[in-house]
Amino acid sequence: MSATAAQGWVRKNQEQNWLTRLLDWKPFLVVMCLLPAVALLMVFLTYPLGLGIWLAFTDTTIGRSGVWVGLENFEFMMEDPIFWNAVFYSVFYTAVATVGKFGLGLWLALLLNNHLPFKSFLRAIILLPWIVPTVLTAIAFWWIYNPQFSIISWVFIELGLRDSNIDFINTAWPARWSLIGANVWRGIPFVAISLLAGLQTISPSLYEAALLDGSTGWQRFRYITFPMLLPILAIVMTFSIIFTFTDFQLVYAITRGGPVNSTHLLATLAFQRGIAGGQLGEGAAIAVSMIPFLVFATLFSYFALARRKWQQGESND
Amino acid sequence: MSATAEAPPAPSSATAPPETLSWDSKSRRMVTIWVPLACFLLILLFPFYWMSITAFKPNAELYDYNTHNPFWITSPTLDHIRLLLFGTSYPRWLLTTMTVAICSTVLSLIASTLAAYAIQRLRFKGSQYVGLGIYLAYLVPPSILFIPLATVVFQFGLFDSPIALILVYPTFLVPFCTWLLIGYFKSIPFELEECALIDGATRLQILRQITLPLAVPGLISAGIFSFTLSWNEFIYALAFIQSSERKTVPVAILTELVTGDVYQWGALMAGSLLGSLPVAIFYSFFVDYYVSSLTGAVKE
Repeated sequence: MSATAAQGWVRKNQEQNWLTRLLDWKPFLVVMCLLPAVALLMVFLTYPLGLGIWLAFTDTTIGRSGVWVGLENFEFMMEDPIFWNAVFYSVFYTAVATVGKFGLGLWLALLLNNHLPFKSFLRAIILLPWIVPTVLTAIAFWWIYNPQFSIISWVFIELGLRDSNIDFINTAWPARWSLIGANVWRGIPFVAISLLAGLQTISPSLYEAALLDGSTGWQRFRYITFPMLLPILAIVMTFSIIFTFTDFQLVYAITRGGPVNSTHLLATLAFQRGIAGGQLGEGAAIAVSMIPFLVFATLFSYFALARRKWQQGESND
Repeated sequence: MSATAEAPPAPSSATAPPETLSWDSKSRRMVTIWVPLACFLLILLFPFYWMSITAFKPNAELYDYNTHNPFWITSPTLDHIRLLLFGTSYPRWLLTTMTVAICSTVLSLIASTLAAYAIQRLRFKGSQYVGLGIYLAYLVPPSILFIPLATVVFQFGLFDSPIALILVYPTFLVPFCTWLLIGYFKSIPFELEECALIDGATRLQILRQITLPLAVPGLISAGIFSFTLSWNEFIYALAFIQSSERKTVPVAILTELVTGDVYQWGALMAGSLLGSLPVAIFYSFFVDYYVSSLTGAVKE
């Protein structure tokens, strides 16, 4: 009798031990901790990425699963002037907007790096365009760019600089530039605040030493600020390039790719063909054609990171 | 836009130490710092001003610049906002957006806290590769995923349901939050956990009672950032939601309020203003967290 009682007692104890031991057993804990994140990313990121590449080689439409058609979608794209126009505009948009954002953003960061009153307040206001939903500010820009009631046109006419309304979004080139303007407007705060954080890590003693050596302002910028800022600049630029190249919202909200398909980015074209037009296969092919560019940008980021590690020593992880 | 023409000439005093130097006179400071800064502020804030003022203008003033100065309102009206709140399903859209944003934020916070703890603190073999994988996931933009994701969502029977958005948003929230939290966990001294281990605490007790309370600022940053990102998300919500009453605010304003050839500019601007306000208010309470998470994520 005492033996069975002892057995029962022992077993109960083992059960407790088993649960707590399992929860304290590192491999199990690691798996449990990683499971939610990894499962979510696998199901809704990795799998769709693979599926997207597969779809690009099929003729799937909405409501009908397609068959393998090999490179047909890509062959069709190669002969499609609208696709090539979208490639051109995506590259042009990314290049010009990135230069604009980083030129102005760096300038703003340098301005904010001064000893200013209300610094944190200024910083808070400046970040506002980046916080507010892009589509909603895009609608505001759409109104600002209105052909009839544009406030910019009105100001220019009142000042006597022009005598007719400015054409912002009704013909191809003005529309392209207007969209770039809106993108730059939205991008400046992110660049400026990130670079400001980088600027604040530069030790003032470097500037003091340079001042004693009789350097000019430009020299201090060129030989201290810029090289010290380069690693963070590379990372911010990679992110900026990736998200500008694959931009969708601004163009969709302001011009929807028009006038006459002149402002389509690859993403908006993929949406138009894939979701609105129902040709999922073709849309996926257009989306997949963005991947080489993104891989290139990612490698750029990777090597910039490697370089930063090399500069700061291996141990700094 | 006009500022693009002026090349950024790196104001010479910009890099000077805080003390005003002898050559750094007051007027010079005025020209090199305050004037450009004022221009920046004017350009960055003007669209918001224009949005707000349009939202309260009666139509008579809205389309007549000759008799009314467009920069001011002579007789402000709430007509546009009334139309928005009672003539459309705007409150409904607002509610959907709020629900989606909160649920996906909570989901991603739980997933990424656990993942970041595992990667940074449990230190298993290959943890750095998992970390790198999650970092790479952040670089996959929604624009190349939305078409295959639409078919995935359809297969799961979630098409046209806000649940699809709640499940899909973590694909861009989890990488960001994980990366941010890894940085925060890194800053918590390892010794604290070792002490607890020696005192006989289990790993879960350590996570709950030591690591998480110390990482609260990081959790707040990740939370408010996730909330903002899901509030602002557009392309998935546009592709996965069809029926008018289940749309989120950004999508609904663009697709439901823009009807026909005559745009209701007043209502459009009122909708944009109201849609921006929750984020802006949220932002004003947590500015420092935003800035620290933004810069922290970049520096990582």
